Amino acid sequence: MATSESSAESSAPVRTGADAEQIVAVPVRHPGRWVAAVIILLLAAMFVHGLVTNPAWQWNIVGQFLFDPQILSGLLVTIELTVLAMVIGVILGVIIAVMRLSPNPVLSGVAWVYTWFFRGTPVLVQIVFWSFIGLLYRFPSLGIPFGPSFVYFDANVLIPVFVGATLGLGLNEAAYMSEIIRAGILSVDPGQTEAAEALGMSRLMVLRRIVLPQAMRVIIPPTGNETISMLKTSSLVTIVALHDLFGVAQFIYGNNFKQIPLLVVASLWYLVLTSLLSIGQYYIERRYSRGTLRVSRTNFFGLRRQGAGA
Amino acid sequence: MTAMVEANSVHKRFGRLEVLKGITLSVQPREVMCVIGPSGSGKSTFLRCINHLEKIDAGELWVDGDLVGYRERGNRLYELRDREVARKRQEIGMVFQRFNLFPHMTAAQNVTEAPIRVKGESKAQARERARNLLDQVGLADKANAYPRELSGGQQQRVAIARALAMQPKLMLFDEPTSALDPELVGDVLAVMRKLAEDGMTMVVVTHEMGFAREVGDSLVFMDDGVVVEHGTPRDVIADPQHQRTKSFLAKVL
Repeated sequence: MATSESSAESSAPVRTGADAEQIVAVPVRHPGRWVAAVIILLLAAMFVHGLVTNPAWQWNIVGQFLFDPQILSGLLVTIELTVLAMVIGVILGVIIAVMRLSPNPVLSGVAWVYTWFFRGTPVLVQIVFWSFIGLLYRFPSLGIPFGPSFVYFDANVLIPVFVGATLGLGLNEAAYMSEIIRAGILSVDPGQTEAAEALGMSRLMVLRRIVLPQAMRVIIPPTGNETISMLKTSSLVTIVALHDLFGVAQFIYGNNFKQIPLLVVASLWYLVLTSLLSIGQYYIERRYSRGTLRVSRTNFFGLRRQGAGA
Repeated sequence: MTAMVEANSVHKRFGRLEVLKGITLSVQPREVMCVIGPSGSGKSTFLRCINHLEKIDAGELWVDGDLVGYRERGNRLYELRDREVARKRQEIGMVFQRFNLFPHMTAAQNVTEAPIRVKGESKAQARERARNLLDQVGLADKANAYPRELSGGQQQRVAIARALAMQPKLMLFDEPTSALDPELVGDVLAVMRKLAEDGMTMVVVTHEMGFAREVGDSLVFMDDGVVVEHGTPRDVIADPQHQRTKSFLAKVL
């Protein structure tokens, strides 16, 4: 449409830019920018110089441990914790957000209390709490409430440390995710729900097919934030002696006293993971921006892909 | 013959504000009824009551012989379940002032969504009909465009195609041209006129007096929650009986 309009315009006898004189002017000078750049470059050079020359960084030890099998197994634990906690957080978060928006006062009340409780206590306390849950319920059982039980479990077998830590992180995350998802749902024009209901769609179908896909645009950026935050928050599980990335690093420097290089190793891996997550987030965002004005046609680094249109 | 819509003393209030104060009228099959009136007169609310987007507080409302929102058994009324309400709505198409197309779907997907998901039609069948419907509203070439890429008039025509895809027996139009630029109104009205000629039963809330006069079988003037005047468009427009109708028509004609 735009092309047909512009071609129509050019054929009409309109004054175009061709007969106007090209502007030649002296651009405004910005001496401040140059001064700032020089100062910053100087500081950066000093920092890099320190990284290279200060022997306390012990780069050879960093290299030695970067791909150490123990470190890699800790890395795997960190990834597992992050993924599982976020899966719990997102699924439970959707359920709680929908409950919170429900006209049923019991459901919305329960959702409110859940959010109040899990946002109101520190995640570190919750991780420890879930690891000690066996003290509270030694032998959880399945049966009729207040009646006979059919199956007994040993809490220490049912909830090992890893599960406890995952629950602690995931249940806490669900409280935050539910608020993010609720905000996303509320951001969708009520006319959308009305139009879908007028077509005879059920409430669940309206939510799944019409409201949530549109809410995703609002939900994804903070969820990316939460995931990156979770990656690092998961290092709290070292408190219950779980060997995640940071736990392993601590364990190793506890033996060989090479604190700085091992902290560098852990930090490098955390940086790698957050970078990968940022890239993933970019592509997910683009997927859910279909049909909106600000669809990016470039890749993560702002580069235009070849053959991706004009 | 059962009326397509039969309203008997329908009341609706929002909190303490009474919006409908006893609406009684009926729409026969194949009839095109236009509803006019100043804003705030309750005409959109009445339209939304017909497919139960609003619940009425008093009176009775039937669509094609069925009570809207309730089932009568013995002498008692039973509220319909959400699923039953949804099933009734499938038979009533609605077109909104602000189009309300689904922005994350193309025009064709907007049209096929409900037939596939709600009626369980095969994708091939739904797509085939979507193609025909988009062709009918003059947008065959826009099937793969997203709503954002369409003009207001085009969006509204897709919205009409979307409603028609459910093969409704009644179409409700809530000020379908009020949000459009003047030069785009004609295309939408032409589609509605064609629909009327094909025998669709329609209730149209509108400010387009020309459309009401030429296409409408009956014209209702509403003000302050009541039907002030109801007759053939020719009679109501040429010879209004009430002072309120006269002063309203004087402003819009």
